[in-house]
Amino acid sequence: MSPVLDIAQAGVRFGTGPAAVKDVSLRVAQGEIFGLVGESGSGKSTIANAVMGLLPATARLDGSIRLNGEELVGLSESALRVRRGDEMAMIFQDASASLDPTWSVGDQIAETIRAHRPVSRAEARARAIALMGEVGIADAARRYRDVPHRFSGGMRQRIVIAAALANHPKLLIADEPTTALDVTIQAQILELIDRLRRDHGTTVLLITHDLGVVGQVCDRVGVMYRGELLEVATTEDLFTRPAHPYTRALLAANPAGAVRGSRLPVIPQEWSTESLDAANAARDRRAAHG
Amino acid sequence: MSRMLSFTLRRLLITIPVMLAMSVLVFMIIRLVPGDPVRTMLGFRATDANVAELRDQLGLDRSLLSQYLSWLGNLLQGDLGTDIISKAPLTELLAQRLPVTLELTGLSMLTAIAIGVPLGVWSATGGPLVRRLTEGFVILGISIPDFWLGIMLVLLFSGIFLLLPPSGWVPFAEDPVENLRRMILPVLTLAVGEAAYFLRTTRSAVGTVLEQPFVTFLRAKGVSPRRIVYGHALRNAGPSIVTVIGIQVGVLLGGAIIIETLFALPGVGRLVVTGITQRNYPVVQAGVLTIATIFIVVSLLMDLLIGWLDPRVSDAGTS
Amino acid sequence: MSAAVEIRARRGRRNPALIVGLALLGLLGGIAVFAPYLAPFDPESYDIQQIMGAPSWTHPFGSDVLGRDVMSRIFHGLRVSLLVSLSAVAASLLVAVPLGLLAGYFGSWVDSAISRFLDMILVLPAMLLAITFIAILGPGSAVAALAIAVIYLPILARVMRTSTLVVTRNDYVLGARARGASHLRVIVGHVAPNALGPVIVQASVLSAFAMQLEAGLSFLGLGTQPPTPSLGGMLSDGRDVLTVAPWVEIFPGLAIMAAVLAFTFIGAGLREAFDPAGVSE
Repeated sequence: MSPVLDIAQAGVRFGTGPAAVKDVSLRVAQGEIFGLVGESGSGKSTIANAVMGLLPATARLDGSIRLNGEELVGLSESALRVRRGDEMAMIFQDASASLDPTWSVGDQIAETIRAHRPVSRAEARARAIALMGEVGIADAARRYRDVPHRFSGGMRQRIVIAAALANHPKLLIADEPTTALDVTIQAQILELIDRLRRDHGTTVLLITHDLGVVGQVCDRVGVMYRGELLEVATTEDLFTRPAHPYTRALLAANPAGAVRGSRLPVIPQEWSTESLDAANAARDRRAAHG
Repeated sequence: MSRMLSFTLRRLLITIPVMLAMSVLVFMIIRLVPGDPVRTMLGFRATDANVAELRDQLGLDRSLLSQYLSWLGNLLQGDLGTDIISKAPLTELLAQRLPVTLELTGLSMLTAIAIGVPLGVWSATGGPLVRRLTEGFVILGISIPDFWLGIMLVLLFSGIFLLLPPSGWVPFAEDPVENLRRMILPVLTLAVGEAAYFLRTTRSAVGTVLEQPFVTFLRAKGVSPRRIVYGHALRNAGPSIVTVIGIQVGVLLGGAIIIETLFALPGVGRLVVTGITQRNYPVVQAGVLTIATIFIVVSLLMDLLIGWLDPRVSDAGTS
Repeated sequence: MSAAVEIRARRGRRNPALIVGLALLGLLGGIAVFAPYLAPFDPESYDIQQIMGAPSWTHPFGSDVLGRDVMSRIFHGLRVSLLVSLSAVAASLLVAVPLGLLAGYFGSWVDSAISRFLDMILVLPAMLLAITFIAILGPGSAVAALAIAVIYLPILARVMRTSTLVVTRNDYVLGARARGASHLRVIVGHVAPNALGPVIVQASVLSAFAMQLEAGLSFLGLGTQPPTPSLGGMLSDGRDVLTVAPWVEIFPGLAIMAAVLAFTFIGAGLREAFDPAGVSE
């Protein structure tokens, strides 16, 4: 089966600066949760924004990004806008900051529907209430009119998820969706994402610096370092048989492996070109066998 | 709804001491006149009998507190006193004058908003050239004295192009079209300066909102740029814009005093100016009281509007 | 100490608004100060031959209804208008700075008392309050200056209070108190010098509005009284001959606008130098 998301030799450069993302290729199959891990500045969020077409005007993107076989690189802003919120969606770290404080939460969910579907106000409202129920907001019809600051952080992230998934997009990009939440709420949100993926067959690209999150829900994982994708492996392989020395260092600094809530340490060692080359060879071998 | 209701009640409660303070200030006008206010009012030709009569009529020989209380009592019954020159009841006079001032300031405010807010949005979303143009408008709008602008508009539209009458007023009920035609220049005169303030406020408020992270999420939802600007950024900028509108109401009412005189509009402001020139203190008091009341009431309405636009404001203090 | 050095460094950088504003104000101020020497004619003497004379070499701005030289009257009018506006702002500062310092430094009931008092002034719109003052004390330039000073008092005092609050929280102020310095010494020696920036910016912005207010009051016949020439009074005198002798109305207005622009630019320039945080906005 062809992958939902197919990124090939993608590179991103901001202005005249060095490449923020270099030659990244990865494929995510339908219904898969693919984790992208790395320290901040490793380029993982840049990839997310590149897929969504949300890079700033100064960014230059090359290579290929295909969504369900359709090339996204080179599409106009209006063509990308039609796809955002419909075929692909994205949620961000801080749910409180993701919602317009002056709009009711229900209207913000209905807005996604009405941006893409010619439905009546009442129809959009009914669908939004159903979505609120689906993401676990109790008494959804009554809370439709409430503004975001009347909800807790976890509830707000549920609303953001409902707004993002309102049109049942094929791809959901979740950029650090649980980082701002405390541990029990984190687990609930991850479970929600996992359940929605199973119910609707949504493909998820989960960006995180938290190995605990990876261990909890991801099927496969890509490790990024300084704009390069060092290795891709199943979650189990990554934790038990890491191929790249950087990944090993990551896991070593994080001895419990999939300890929930643990953050990636900054690995002080500089990675030489040789070690990267060796690691890339290992990655390619694995890809050839897999 | 109960949220807005309790917010409204709380805000109304704050207005009472403000109204009282204002009434004391207005009451004191005549009492603070140096020397003998009655002699000042009546001039040199007044006989002692005239002076005694007016002093008695104004109640100036009683204690200050009892004067204030009976004055306030009359006021609450809708009695603003008597014009000492024409002997006409002031409540009726003000009732004739008030609509003119309300029409002038109301239309000016609407015009200023209609010019300033869209230009502000344009400035916040446009390129460097747009920014320069709008900045030029702001500097000029703030720097041109409004009454001089009015004089120049008269020179242009009724001196050179003979399009509009230079001054004068026709009641709306008598001839609505002529009434509005005569309002064009005064309204434009007052609106240009105000529009500059609204432009500046809208530009910075909308600019700030567009940098918020929720705008990125709106883009990720596929919401159109137009809707992001008008549905979300402007809505979020609303409280800042309404706050400035509330402040500018005072400036506008002050400007109307000059503009009514310039264009010979029979409004409350012109009444006050004539009252001062003729030392007709009861007229001055009634006029000042009326304008100040408009100011306080409109400020109250603006605050309620902000509370309605921004739920965080009206929620504060309830929970 | 280091703050002052930093301000000087920042001011040293390119600040075109400040330079343009100061140059313009210097020009207008020079004209105002030396008006008696610069004016080609006596501003109050009539010349029947010159009634509503158009601009010419001898009368560059023309002459008015009574045949008075418009340029000479503008020179003298600037003198009066600038004097009234600047003395009004200065007088307001003189009261507002101590009030703001006290309110910001001591806080609690001192702050509440001062703030309530200032709120009283804000009950009326500025122009209306100015007019009320004139209604009580009678028209004239001194009363106009006093009225302008009073309506600016709450604005300047609030800015001073806010910057005082910010400065008072600094360690060197707490340190000075801890070393046993008296309140007066701390306020005068440490707080005031560091808190003055924003209020000076605000004062220059308000000077621009004071020019407009003074002209407006004189236009209404409530400010400077004839025969003393004032810019607003000139606009009022020429109102009836606007279409016949527009120069009588155009040039005094341009003079007011030039002064307003000068203060506006100075305000913008000073804000850049003294108040980057925008306390005075």
